[in-house]
Amino acid sequence: MTHLLRGPRRAGWNAARPASTDLPVLLPSAARLAAAARVERSPGGVVGRLRGAHGVSLFLLFLVVCGVAQAQGGPGGPTVLETIWKWTPLLLRGFLFNLAISASAMALGTLAGMFLGFAQISLLAPVRKGAWLATHFFRNAPWLVLLFYCMFLLPFQVVVFGVTVPIPDWVKATFGLALPVMANVSEILRGAVQSIPTAQWESAASLAFTRRQTMWRIILPQCIKRMLPPWMNLYAILTMATVLTSIVGVAEVMTLTGRVLSAENRQGLLLPFYSYVLLLFFLYCYPIARWTVRLEAKYAVER
Amino acid sequence: MGAMQAIVSIRDLHKSFGPVEVLRGVSMEVPKGAVVCIIGPSGSGKSTLLRCINGLVPIDSGSVRVGAFDVQTLKTDAQKIALRKVVSMVFQQYNLFPHKTALQNVMMAPVHVLKEDKDEVRGRALALLEKVGLSAKAHAYPGELSGGQQQRVAIARSLAMHPDVMLFDEITAALDPETVKEVLNTIRELAHDGMTCILVTHEMRFARELADTVYFTDGGMIVESGPPAELFDRPQIERTRSFLSQIL
Repeated sequence: MTHLLRGPRRAGWNAARPASTDLPVLLPSAARLAAAARVERSPGGVVGRLRGAHGVSLFLLFLVVCGVAQAQGGPGGPTVLETIWKWTPLLLRGFLFNLAISASAMALGTLAGMFLGFAQISLLAPVRKGAWLATHFFRNAPWLVLLFYCMFLLPFQVVVFGVTVPIPDWVKATFGLALPVMANVSEILRGAVQSIPTAQWESAASLAFTRRQTMWRIILPQCIKRMLPPWMNLYAILTMATVLTSIVGVAEVMTLTGRVLSAENRQGLLLPFYSYVLLLFFLYCYPIARWTVRLEAKYAVER
Repeated sequence: MGAMQAIVSIRDLHKSFGPVEVLRGVSMEVPKGAVVCIIGPSGSGKSTLLRCINGLVPIDSGSVRVGAFDVQTLKTDAQKIALRKVVSMVFQQYNLFPHKTALQNVMMAPVHVLKEDKDEVRGRALALLEKVGLSAKAHAYPGELSGGQQQRVAIARSLAMHPDVMLFDEITAALDPETVKEVLNTIRELAHDGMTCILVTHEMRFARELADTVYFTDGGMIVESGPPAELFDRPQIERTRSFLSQIL
């Protein structure tokens, strides 16, 4: 069996070996070893990726709970689907709020997170340590707590050059959500930069590149591929976290659903409406997930 | 030796990594245009010695002079960059930039570091790729090239900086015997063109053929040095003899 494990080929020594051998007696174990190698050397874990099938099952769930609600409701009055359709424009307006909050919190958080991430790899120890502290504080604090802090600490209006500018709740919520995003982006950037082999730095240095040039021209372009999946993942988490803002009173889709349910005051509408909201989130996140896959392929770097 | 025209001169160089003393007083003179091979067992400080010459590794004590630069006095990045424009280095693992094509790899440093005209650099880069026999692969990414091809791109990339001295750190150690020949041919041409080359190598035949001086290092010191004919055929010191008998 030794020749299976220590083959003469140097190249690709860690590639999964085909289940082929000249000795019939070794066939079962060769197949087993090959299968085990495939499992051990796979990227690891389940890659959390939205698929079309997930959407289909969500839609089926929605239909089933609608049917159940319809059966419970008895005859007369508008059907469950009609009721949902009636409120859809309002719910969509609320959902747009979720999207606006997620997009602006992501933009803000990414921008700030890039600065914080660069500070984390600074050559100046105080900058590096301060950035490390900020990153880990905001990364490990509960999102809801940060949200409450921003809601109550930020003023409801500011005076700029004598003009009073009101700060609506949703803007404050955006700041609140941008904080954990910032910390996560900072950590994503630091991790990606440190995952580039030091040989690349050495090679750039011996070609007389400055540290800044090395960073921008050699290291960061290689980081894009490594940063995209966690960054898009973070955005998906953030989009789903925007419903937290309903707790602090922003009129987004969850808040509005609650109001609709109390306005309708009908038995059994709870599950259909919340399934509908779930479906809305899927319809938004699914194209982004597909897009991530394409971007990853585009920025794939051969090593 | 001809200290007058030495382009690299090292005196009593010491370097420790933590408690480990990697270099324990190395001295060496490399005349302009010479080919110098450093041989010796793993862990004898050969690679560290090369990295001291181009300032990748700071020096503890002793002196390293390269042309007009006293390497041990260079502190700022700008000073080290000035040195590295004169000394180029090629690595065992090629270390090409994987997100750039072969041509871009060669062009990057002259364009962005030396601030030379892009079109002119392109012409020179293509000529260099032709010199190493890779014109057809100019637009291939490193991941699409074999080890030997990558190493030749790496040599072209270093040459594009028109250095005075080139350092080669076991550049054939990761290659198979056939591709070793391609790479050694490239270096042979360089040597014939009069480039000063300092090679850390395990290719004894190559060292014997091309080197003006061979240094045998062990335990962070130079045990023995001399022209290849003397060092390989009549080693004076027992340690050299036992090392050579193991690999020859």
